[in-house]
Formats: sequence, structure tokens, C-alpha cells
Amino acid sequence: MTVALATSLGDDALILGQRLAEWCGHAPTLEVDLALANIGLDLLGQAQFFLGAAGAAEGQGRDADTLAYRRREDEFRNCLLVEQPNGDFARTIARQFLFSTWQALLFPDLAQSAAPAIAAIAQKAAKEVAYHARFAAEWVVRLGDGTSESHRRMADGLAWCWRFTDELFMDDTAKFRPEWDSHINATLTQAGLATPKPVRGITGGRHGRHTEHLGHILSALQYLQRVYPDATW
Amino acid sequence: MALLAHIPDPEIPVISLTDLGIIREIRDGPPPILVITPTYTGCPASIAINASIRMALDGAGLADVQIKTELSPPWTTDWISESGRQALLAYGIAPPEPRAARLARQDEAPATCPQCGSHATAEISRFGSTPCKALWRCLDCAEPFDRFKCI
Ligand SMILES: [Zn+2]
Repeated sequence: MTVALATSLGDDALILGQRLAEWCGHAPTLEVDLALANIGLDLLGQAQFFLGAAGAAEGQGRDADTLAYRRREDEFRNCLLVEQPNGDFARTIARQFLFSTWQALLFPDLAQSAAPAIAAIAQKAAKEVAYHARFAAEWVVRLGDGTSESHRRMADGLAWCWRFTDELFMDDTAKFRPEWDSHINATLTQAGLATPKPVRGITGGRHGRHTEHLGHILSALQYLQRVYPDATW
Repeated sequence: MALLAHIPDPEIPVISLTDLGIIREIRDGPPPILVITPTYTGCPASIAINASIRMALDGAGLADVQIKTELSPPWTTDWISESGRQALLAYGIAPPEPRAARLARQDEAPATCPQCGSHATAEISRFGSTPCKALWRCLDCAEPFDRFKCI
């Protein structure tokens, strides 16, 4: 139970952190570059703690690094949303908005209800993800309520990411859907954007069935440890 | 504790680790354990902080003391001491608002400009040069400055 939950939370954070790092030096402005790198760094910190907790609960001597660098693609349990390519800036913001809003609802709940090792991390990270959610929501409004082009791109980005949102609300997390919908809709209304049309959700990440993108991420993320096992600085 | 009061934060060297409020407690041994807590989960300074504590302990003949990181209860900027806040301001970083005051408002209160003392200030970016700081500017003297985020 603890192993599975900590692994999926850690993998979400690790993979999205890696995606955000791809923006480093490429974001539209310096401030946005710093923001995306900072959010990525927070996520990397979450990954370190969650995967550390997963390894400890598993009790087979695997630490956070071993889990991050030595597992195969089908052993990762992140949701499909976080492994999706960055696309343009609007799509990156859409992905962050949908995901951080979900984390911001989930973590305060886990802080109360989860096993102590997970609760402590969730309680700590809840403060950070509230910041991420606010940052992303502000950009959704700015782009949605901006020029006709920024509006179109924001709508496209949301529509593209929407098919991966059902997976966020499977099993234990289904209870967060109504509140998440209301948060998302409030921001979209403010941005002058319509809620994307319902689509058939794509799932599988939580069971290790990933889109083709994860393997490419791992080939960059794991390269050094695969070629030079146990290399240190 | 006195030993730790002389270890500077690696990224904001005017403030010590005790002023920053990340030293939780010292548990008697054996082995004695020094409990610390990170500011942000992904703060890259955490490694440097651990290393500088280790060096200070070893240098004082306290090699048997173990360092342990505990997350709960999570660090809050309210744990930054008054002398730490003064040091931040003098260094050019606006100290964080008290958390209770921050939670009572929808938005962050204007910061005090560390250069000229004006309260006419505005946020430029929610994320600044390190995870713990946001970027602000003064509307009177026009200088940009860092502000410690309230968490
Ligand atoms: Zn000023």
C-alpha cells in the first residue's frame, strides 16, 4: 500500500520535474524560465522523498536513486499526463494547471490520512504545490484572456491534455473530482475559456502501461547511470 | 547550538542556520542526533547545508553526532528569528510576512523596499533566484529586490 502510493507520487514528480527541466534556457522570458525551473526543482525534491519512502517501505535496499535510475519503463507508475511532451508554452501551462490543481487537493488530504512516512512529505509539499497551482492558473487566465493567438493556443493545450485527466481520479482519488472540476472551471471562466469537451480518457500509467514518450524521457534521465553504473560526482 | 549559530546559509550567507529555523533539536545519544528540516523539499542548498554542519561537527570533535532530516511538522518562515529577519532586510531581502497575517489576506501584503523603506511595491515574479524567494520591485525607487516567500 505504502510502496505503491509512494511510488506513483514519486514517479509523477520525477517525470514532470524532468519535463520542466527541458524548458531551462528556452522559456519565453527569464522570469518564466526561473519559475519553471523552480517548480521542477520542487518536484524533484518531492520525488526524492517519495521514492525514498517507497524504497524504505519495500525493504529491499533500494534507495531513491536506484528507483529513479534503475527501473524499466513498465515499472514506472506515473500518470500519463506528466510524461506528455512540453509542446508550446500554453500546453506546458495546461499540463501544469491540471496536474498542480490535482496535487493541491490531494496532498492536504494525504497529510491527514496517509501512512506517516507519506503524510509528512505530503504536508511539507502541500505548501509548495499550492504555489505551483496559483502560478499555472494565473498563466491560464493571462493566455486565455490575452490575444486571439494566445487564447487559441491555451484552448488547444487544454484540449490536448484533457484526455489524460480521467486517470487522475481512479480508485481512491475519485472523490477529488467534483472539487477539482469546480477549481478548474472557475479559472477557465475567468480566462474566457470553455471547459474542454468530454473525451474518452486514456489510462494505464498507474499500471505501467505508458505512452511512447516515457521511454524517451528515461533514455535521457537514466543514460549516465546506465552507462556508468554507480558513477558519482 | 552555539556552534551551529556560526554556520551561514550557503545561499544567503548573512543568516545562520539557527536563525533560519531549520535546526529542530538535539537528541541525547548514544549516538547523539541533530535533527534538521529542509526549507523546500527540492532546495539544492540542502546538500551544502548538511556538508557544512558535518564539517563544523567534525571540526569540534563531535564526529559521533548523527544528522537526521525530519519533515514533519513542515518548516515555516515563521521560524526565522527576529535577528534573522533584521539580517535579511539589511542584506537587501525583504523578510517574509508572518504566516497568520498572510493567511488572513487573499493576496500578499506589499513588501517593504529594503533600499528606501517604501511600501509602494509590486511583485514581478512569484519565483525568484532561489526556491525561497520571489522577485519584487519598488514603485518609488524603482529597484528590484528579492522577497522571502511566506510559507
Ligand atoms: Zn525603494
